[in-house]
Amino acid sequence: TQMTVRDALNGAMREEMQRDENIFVMGEEVAQYQGAYKITKGLLEEFGSKRVVDTPITEAGFTGICTGAAYAGLRPICEFMTFNFSMQAIDHVINSAAKMYYMSGAQIKVPIVFRGPNGAAAGVGAQHSQCFAAWYAHCPGLKVIAPYSAEDARGLLKAAIRDDNPVVFLENEILYGMSFDIGPEVLDKDFTVPIGECKIERAGSDVTLVSYSRGVHTCLQAAEELAKMGVEAEVINLRSVRPLDRLTIIESVKKTNRLVTVEEGWPACGIGAELGACIYESEAFDYLDAPVERVTGADIPMPYASNLEIDALPQINNIITGVQKVCYRL
Amino acid sequence: MMSSGTVTVQLDKPYETFKLESEPPMTAEVTRDELLGYYSLMYRMRRMEISADTLYKAKHVKGFCHLYDGQEAICVGMEAGATWGDSVITSYRDHAWQLSRGDTVTGVLCELLGKQGGCAKGKGGSMHMYKADANFYGGNGIVGSQAPLGAGIAFAHKFAGDGCCSFALYGDGAANQGQLFEALNMAALLQLPLVYVCENNQYGMGTSKKRSSANDDYYTRGGYVPGIKCDGMNVLSVRECTKFLKKHAVEVGPIVVEFDTYRYHGHSMSDPGITYRNRDEVSQVRAARDPVDRAKRYCIDTELVTEAEIKEIDKEVKAEVAAAVEAAKAAPPPEQSELWTDVHVGQSKDFFMRGPDISTSSGVYGTNR
Repeated sequence: TQMTVRDALNGAMREEMQRDENIFVMGEEVAQYQGAYKITKGLLEEFGSKRVVDTPITEAGFTGICTGAAYAGLRPICEFMTFNFSMQAIDHVINSAAKMYYMSGAQIKVPIVFRGPNGAAAGVGAQHSQCFAAWYAHCPGLKVIAPYSAEDARGLLKAAIRDDNPVVFLENEILYGMSFDIGPEVLDKDFTVPIGECKIERAGSDVTLVSYSRGVHTCLQAAEELAKMGVEAEVINLRSVRPLDRLTIIESVKKTNRLVTVEEGWPACGIGAELGACIYESEAFDYLDAPVERVTGADIPMPYASNLEIDALPQINNIITGVQKVCYRL
Repeated sequence: MMSSGTVTVQLDKPYETFKLESEPPMTAEVTRDELLGYYSLMYRMRRMEISADTLYKAKHVKGFCHLYDGQEAICVGMEAGATWGDSVITSYRDHAWQLSRGDTVTGVLCELLGKQGGCAKGKGGSMHMYKADANFYGGNGIVGSQAPLGAGIAFAHKFAGDGCCSFALYGDGAANQGQLFEALNMAALLQLPLVYVCENNQYGMGTSKKRSSANDDYYTRGGYVPGIKCDGMNVLSVRECTKFLKKHAVEVGPIVVEFDTYRYHGHSMSDPGITYRNRDEVSQVRAARDPVDRAKRYCIDTELVTEAEIKEIDKEVKAEVAAAVEAAKAAPPPEQSELWTDVHVGQSKDFFMRGPDISTSSGVYGTNR
């Protein structure tokens, strides 16, 4: 069977809302408009305006309201139309949600999911194209998820909604319409993907490629090209950016002796930098045959023009170059 | 005195209302037990905050410490007009609320001193006190953040249909935060049972209300939301007003109240409180409007309580607070292992968290749950 990421997310929310009546969705255009990207389509009709709540354009306000509702025992799904706008509300995500359980001496739980599209879309310019994975992954108390496939989207969103902790769930607009093969087990109402475990999407022996979200797609495409060149790449889909499944990455690097990280976000203090640290802080460092190579978004605000935008984001050829470098083929 | 043991007293200052057709009564019925309860709790708060001042100056308290003395009538009056089913969320000036929601003086001081026995195990401190089992959602260190959080708690009350409301308290300084208006707009649209409580103590840190607020009639600043201004130095005025506010919030929707009050201490312990106001101003308020003294006068004037009984309460409270100070000083600091607990709900003992150097990390490397 095939399923789009959009349907996976929509179905996961619908089924979880059927399961637990304390779950509600709040955000801009989530109800009557059926979602800016149609992720909440049909939910208003099924669950009514008590549980599918449209908001004015007021991120600090509704993010605080969702977080307060979580303090008081509800299980909010707080949709950001895009994560770019979450910066209006980042204080509530970090200071009000992430820290509360610790700060209150375990008195107050914050079971909330902050979700929405993250990262670069196409041709939307600097203020609407950036990846917040590193921003949120920096902060203890949060779990940060970046699904790639329909299986990820369905299983991880269900896991996030069931989790008693605040979860930042970073979707990707370009992946929404993409279809993926799914096994029958994925359709089970209780199918979840454990938070904090990555998935080896493609086994390989010569180099490890680690990425998340749309970057996994680019890595898989690059791996096909590399195979033609006689290089077998292992592609790891992080799924969770925090907590990070260091062990799987370390084991892979011990096998392939080479690591190339791939992300659409900016390089400075990015996920690739953290993955590099994860290797040199572990025994995997002794297995490296080449320094860890990073492939990232360019260190600039996103330009609008198509030709410039392409050069600002990791493409297949950037990954191939990185792999050739660690394989000493350049 | 009436045979039922209740007396009716006159309140001193009229309310001012905004977009309201009715207002709370200018009289209050009280019993001896009620008056005694209000007075003794207010006096306990006063003594607790004075002891916090002393503990701070003796370097037993680190970091921030914002004291509530001068504002006690608001907390005690609101508690008298509401129930613990109603939620409260406040600013960093939270010690008195923690006490009124059921913690002990020792408990508050333990948290203040970073000791075991504090409500947050010593991990919260002055600004982060919580009593979740009594619907007190704390101390918030980020000015104004409690307004939308309080609206969210109101959302949960409405969602549950429990007939209770949420009180979100903030100062005249926080009244200018944009997120207050964002949340109030939504609260009005969704008709949430929310009371915005502006504790107008005249200064946001060192900035007087005239310098911070183009409109310092805070009760009118909801615009489309009704408001009321009330004497925040009279526990009975606050009580009567709170009953009115709760009824409005539950039956109609959000409402703003401005309690006119004063803080005796500076903004925090690092502020002597006399660079932007003078000592005369503070002593005039103490002499003319002190809320603890006002409660005492109600006790005496109604002849429900004698001077001797007041003296006895004072003595007991002083002894209680003195003992609490010693207990908090003697309490052990948190176990070192507490550093790593409660980052996540349900984290395993082996959950890996990095320490300052990797050898001081907690858990088992790579364990993610």
